Amino acid sequence: MANGNGSSNDRHTELGLKEEDLVEMYRFMLLARYCDERQWGLNRQGKAPFVVPVSGHEAAQVGSAWAFERGKDVFCPYYRDLALTLVAGFSPKDVFLGLFGKKDDPSSGGRQMPAHWGARDRNIITGSSPIATQCLHAAGIALSKKLKRSDAVVGTWCGEGGTSEADWHGAMNFSGIHKLPLVLVVENNQYAISVHVSKQVAGSVHGRAAGYGMPGAVGDGNDVLESYKLTKEAVDRARAGEGASLVELLTYRHYSHTSDDDDRTYRKKEEVEEWKRKDPIPRFEEYLRSVDLIDDAKIQEMRDDAKTTVDEQAKEAEQADFPDPSTGYDNVYAERVEVR
Amino acid sequence: MSEKNLVQTVHDTLFDEMKRDDRVLVLGEDVGARGGVFRVTMGFLDEFGEDRVIDTPLDECLIAGVAIGLAIDGMRPVAEMQFADFSFPGFNQIVQEAARIRYRSNGDFSVPMVIRAPYGGGVHGALYHSQSVEAFYAHVPGLKVVVPSTPYDAKGMLIQALEDPDPVIYLEHKKTYRLIKGEVPDERYTVPFGKAELRRPGSDLTVISYGLMHHLCVEAADRLSGDGIEVEVIDLRSIFPLDIDTVLESVGRTNKAMVVYEDNKFLGAGAEVAAQIAEHAMFELDAPIKRIAGPHVPAMPYAPTLEHWFMPSVDSLEQEMRKLADY
Repeated sequence: MANGNGSSNDRHTELGLKEEDLVEMYRFMLLARYCDERQWGLNRQGKAPFVVPVSGHEAAQVGSAWAFERGKDVFCPYYRDLALTLVAGFSPKDVFLGLFGKKDDPSSGGRQMPAHWGARDRNIITGSSPIATQCLHAAGIALSKKLKRSDAVVGTWCGEGGTSEADWHGAMNFSGIHKLPLVLVVENNQYAISVHVSKQVAGSVHGRAAGYGMPGAVGDGNDVLESYKLTKEAVDRARAGEGASLVELLTYRHYSHTSDDDDRTYRKKEEVEEWKRKDPIPRFEEYLRSVDLIDDAKIQEMRDDAKTTVDEQAKEAEQADFPDPSTGYDNVYAERVEVR
Repeated sequence: MSEKNLVQTVHDTLFDEMKRDDRVLVLGEDVGARGGVFRVTMGFLDEFGEDRVIDTPLDECLIAGVAIGLAIDGMRPVAEMQFADFSFPGFNQIVQEAARIRYRSNGDFSVPMVIRAPYGGGVHGALYHSQSVEAFYAHVPGLKVVVPSTPYDAKGMLIQALEDPDPVIYLEHKKTYRLIKGEVPDERYTVPFGKAELRRPGSDLTVISYGLMHHLCVEAADRLSGDGIEVEVIDLRSIFPLDIDTVLESVGRTNKAMVVYEDNKFLGAGAEVAAQIAEHAMFELDAPIKRIAGPHVPAMPYAPTLEHWFMPSVDSLEQEMRKLADY
């Protein structure tokens, strides 16, 4: 395969990304997309009651996650962050164990709805359903890292709807005041379930950073390299002790908010089609071709591999055990407290 | 051993614990230069510095949420809610996050944090500086809610709270701060949660209470002693875990039970105590369980006449105890 470094199209070398980074990023985007397609299929078959789709967000998530150092940095994601969670260390099987609510679901052992990610050994902090609560946990962890003189950086993600919550503003304010090693990423897909960003945000998301004394960047969240670049600048800044940053990545979700939603009541078909033409995966493929990193045969091979991996691991997860009902009282407290 | 009031004891204990364990830090409104509006963290800033004595923005949601993050990353935060009445902007973080994190992660994460909150009335605090919040939080599995009523317990239970691997709501009745004094050992000790204390033995009826009300109950019981009525008084100390066994053992002997709490009566913490007595000791009882509690109004009013009307008093408790004894 040709070396892309000499190409005039090359945008990745100056970002410090190597060829193997790009191939891995592409692989994660494919895995996320096939996980999504598989989980929708399982939902339609009646095997998965609830699905949170990721399709459309893969570039924003993989690009921003790639800016962090796995094993050291901390991830506080939100429910749509399937692709990000894969980068942070989940296997597709882990995703599907959660989807089915199985005993070995790393996030919760089948206690939470699907897509409520968390695993201590992967530095992914447990999340809930109320919006943007994780942003304050991220600020607290970032303060702890600072007090410990660690150079770890904390990242937290939410949608543009999350930026209306007090928790998000508190995290912005506190991390601005204390110059915390925190990066707040907003995946702005323009809709909080049905409410358009024009009714959600006065001014702009990235513009809010100025009010909290931190830089606010905005960029194309369907471009994985731009998502990486903006987030990496923020991570570098945080690691250098220069404080928190806000990164707004503009993107779009291809499907409804969840499997229980119907986006046809609030989004025009033409708008959805228009954004599907900006699909981050073909766009990245186009880039990889332009720098001679992959060709059509390699693309087909990687797509087939990803699909096979997802299908096999989804099947393994489907066959795994459910939690035993006798464990229902476990882990309320460190030690069992009986109530008479 | 030295005699101290309750607020001084909280101050001294927290100070000693921060000396002892670098992971312990305090955060809240005015905890730094001001030393807290009740002076609980007076002198802390000079001793421990800004890293461990954190004046937060005026945002209780932030205080709770940041404390959770600190706890997840191995620190031992003591978050101060300036008044329990102001804890509600942090309610979601406390109830949905701190309380549920161990369960929802199936034990992968835990939140060893303490939330201190001055609560209770009788201090001219009106609607928003008088509330009893224990029932809101004790309802939530995953939280522990404790209410020390003596300096001895204030020390032992604060240390226990710091050693507890789960989130603890530590409530301090404002009126007991300077009113209640007692002997406090100099050495370090803990008072376990879920152990009620039988503070006044008696044979005619059992009165169960906590916080400021406990002291009022003891005073009323002492008055009745002269008339040959011996009231047994139990201080619950911890709302959750609840030591119902001590209560049932006592009621099994006295055969009469009165539950006293300052919160409004409907669904207050004492309602659970009364229900458990009814559930487990119905046939031991010689009289209906009596509950004495606050009126069903949105919160304590300001005017002295109205405040007095709201709060159970020693006089009213004495009368009610006499009636139950004579039943």
